[in-house]
Amino acid sequence: MRVMAQVSMVMNLDKCIGCHTCSVTCKQAWTNRAGTEYVWFNNVETRPGLGYPRTYEDQDKWQGGWVRTKSGRLKLKSGGRFKKLLSIFASPVQPGLDDYYEPWTYDYENLIQSPLTDDFPVARPKSLITGENMAIKASANWDDALGGIHETIHQDPVIAKLRKESNDKIMAEYEKTFMFFVPRICEHCLNPSCMAACPSGAIYKREEDGIVLIDQDRCRGWRQCVTGCPYKKVYFNHRTGKAEKCHFCYPRIEVGLPTVCSETCVGRLRYIGIVFYDADRVTEAAAVEDPKDLYEAQLDIMLDPRDPEVIAAARANGIADDWIEAAQKSPIYALCKYFKVALPLHPEYRTMPMVWYIPPLSPVVDLLQEQGHDAEAAGNLFGAIDALRIPVEYLAELFTAGDSAVVTGVLQKLAAMRAYMRDITLGRPGDEEIAEAVGMTGGAMEQMYRLLAIAKYNERYVIPKAHVEQAHNLEEMGCSVNFDGDPAFDEPYGGSSGKPVPVTIQSFNAMKAHRDDESMT
Amino acid sequence: MTFFIWGVLPYVVLLILISGLTWRYKYDQFGWTTRSSQLYESRILKIASPIFHFALLAVFIGHLVGLLVPKAFTDWAGLSQEMYHLGAFYGGGLAGLALAVALGMLIWRRRRTGRVFKATTANDKFMYLVLAIVIILGLLATFTGETHLNGEHHNYRETVSVWFRSMVIFQPDVAPMAASTWQFKAHVFFGLFLFAITPFTRLVHAFTAPLHYLFRPYIVYRSRDTSKARQVSAGGRGWDPVGTSDRDKGRR
Repeated sequence: MRVMAQVSMVMNLDKCIGCHTCSVTCKQAWTNRAGTEYVWFNNVETRPGLGYPRTYEDQDKWQGGWVRTKSGRLKLKSGGRFKKLLSIFASPVQPGLDDYYEPWTYDYENLIQSPLTDDFPVARPKSLITGENMAIKASANWDDALGGIHETIHQDPVIAKLRKESNDKIMAEYEKTFMFFVPRICEHCLNPSCMAACPSGAIYKREEDGIVLIDQDRCRGWRQCVTGCPYKKVYFNHRTGKAEKCHFCYPRIEVGLPTVCSETCVGRLRYIGIVFYDADRVTEAAAVEDPKDLYEAQLDIMLDPRDPEVIAAARANGIADDWIEAAQKSPIYALCKYFKVALPLHPEYRTMPMVWYIPPLSPVVDLLQEQGHDAEAAGNLFGAIDALRIPVEYLAELFTAGDSAVVTGVLQKLAAMRAYMRDITLGRPGDEEIAEAVGMTGGAMEQMYRLLAIAKYNERYVIPKAHVEQAHNLEEMGCSVNFDGDPAFDEPYGGSSGKPVPVTIQSFNAMKAHRDDESMT
Repeated sequence: MTFFIWGVLPYVVLLILISGLTWRYKYDQFGWTTRSSQLYESRILKIASPIFHFALLAVFIGHLVGLLVPKAFTDWAGLSQEMYHLGAFYGGGLAGLALAVALGMLIWRRRRTGRVFKATTANDKFMYLVLAIVIILGLLATFTGETHLNGEHHNYRETVSVWFRSMVIFQPDVAPMAASTWQFKAHVFFGLFLFAITPFTRLVHAFTAPLHYLFRPYIVYRSRDTSKARQVSAGGRGWDPVGTSDRDKGRR
């Protein structure tokens, strides 16, 4: 057992109102640079809908993620190592700018500079790529809140799959009955296919917190990661020629702050915490035969941070005590493995994603309310979950590789919590039968309610600080005494400390970075 | 003068190439990329770019064989000059033509696709010009370089190749090179120029061909601490400042 820590996220979709605040603040913080105008590390999709880039879930087309070979091994869907190298001269399946959208601005100047005329001056859209006038045809959320859905719904890969399975029956009524939003960031997978596809080996997973990053100095712009990622969450910066992706706001996480998207979330629907997992069993878990078993397999490699054996193994692997404590308090572990209400997004890609979702009960509740039923009563809700086959199957395609029993189970738990807590709120004793019906206790119901509905800041975000002290100390020691194997001497010129070095550009920069880095003082 | 061009200049170019690449590798890791334009345009690229690169590999191997294998060796192996010439003429010519056609397609695409053209720097244009000259001269040398202007027969394996091998072993012998046809001279001269500018263009991507991909593990773990100690790119290179327009010709 090799215990590793993974910073991960859970989003409670019932609370998402699709306001895009997370997307906007993320963009302001990270992708407001030239070459990344079309890039959204965080985007919010309306489901049913096409997603961004459009139809990215259609892996027959985009070739993302892994497939299991007949011999039970994992292979990149886009091909093995030789095939990838042979096709490196032009990436065979890379989404083009038009599959995302052509970014634009408006000619605001014309509004101010226009001379007095009979007509109102207008601000025409100008392409940010070519500078020419352009007709806006798409954006990152062009089908927001089901806009134009009657034309595009057939292109939604999930719908297409459902239709194939249920022979076209499902169309007409339900576009009126359900809709929900899915905010998406990089999944920081345990078994990332972007990393496996990178010819340069520039993408890496941090040992300490599992965040997946791209080394901008080692990336050579081969673009295979864009194809490799089934979530299409690695983007090509067309100006620098390098790939960029969501980095889980690691500068914030390192000092114990939640990500920008979480911090600014109006609905407070995001949870951040760490999870211990067994790194030795990741590949094995990702290669289970039936895609429907992937969810359980991934739960299985998440380790119980209270188990003394796990704690001992964690210590042996150099995980500090405050991290172990944080893992024990982790809301992620609670929601994924203890309450089992959070589910991974598209586990069938076999990447072991680590941003999980609590599926929305609201479509069911809304429908009951519209029809005049009591949407808080357990019986009504349970019945409706069973009867509303289509939303459940749709959710199952998103979160459990099509296993609707799991989704039904989660929705029933959420419904039971609703019904149970109504009694408490009205001053009546909690009905243990409701809790038992979904395999929980009244106490657990109240705990889950506290975590999901009260959702205190310090319970939503349990983020241990990174341990920079040690590395820092090592570096400082190098100033007075030289040690063999001192990391400061890995560089030919000794970096910022050690022997007297000529004032090269490099050591000047190192000194400057050292001076400007506040964490070093 | 002859000695300078064929006896000194190649070494100077070699020095520029090696020191330029070393310098750039050390101080401009961030700029070390092809700056792919596939995001803008994919249809023509998917055809032209693989043709170009595979033809280039073929041409490269052809050059190696032609320059490094002595005529005495093929004679000894029983390969007649006529046979050899046919192979080189048709094989090399075909690869060269494919190279030229694909480069033509790529340049046409670069000029005619607005998005791609807007992302083309002056450096790129200059590089394409030199590259095109070298390739065209190479084709000329292949197809017309076997006779001198006065009609005398010329075999590059007795001139250019001999000179090249003398350069490789650091015993410069410029007389054979001086005796070759103008096509070969021009091709070699501009070839040297292309090598000299290579470290300063996007062509550097060829020197980081990711062959190690075949051997590395799929999943890469790296510690935060070691990654922090790395400082590779020199100051000034990096992401454009916030507010830079895409179409700014600033730094690339």
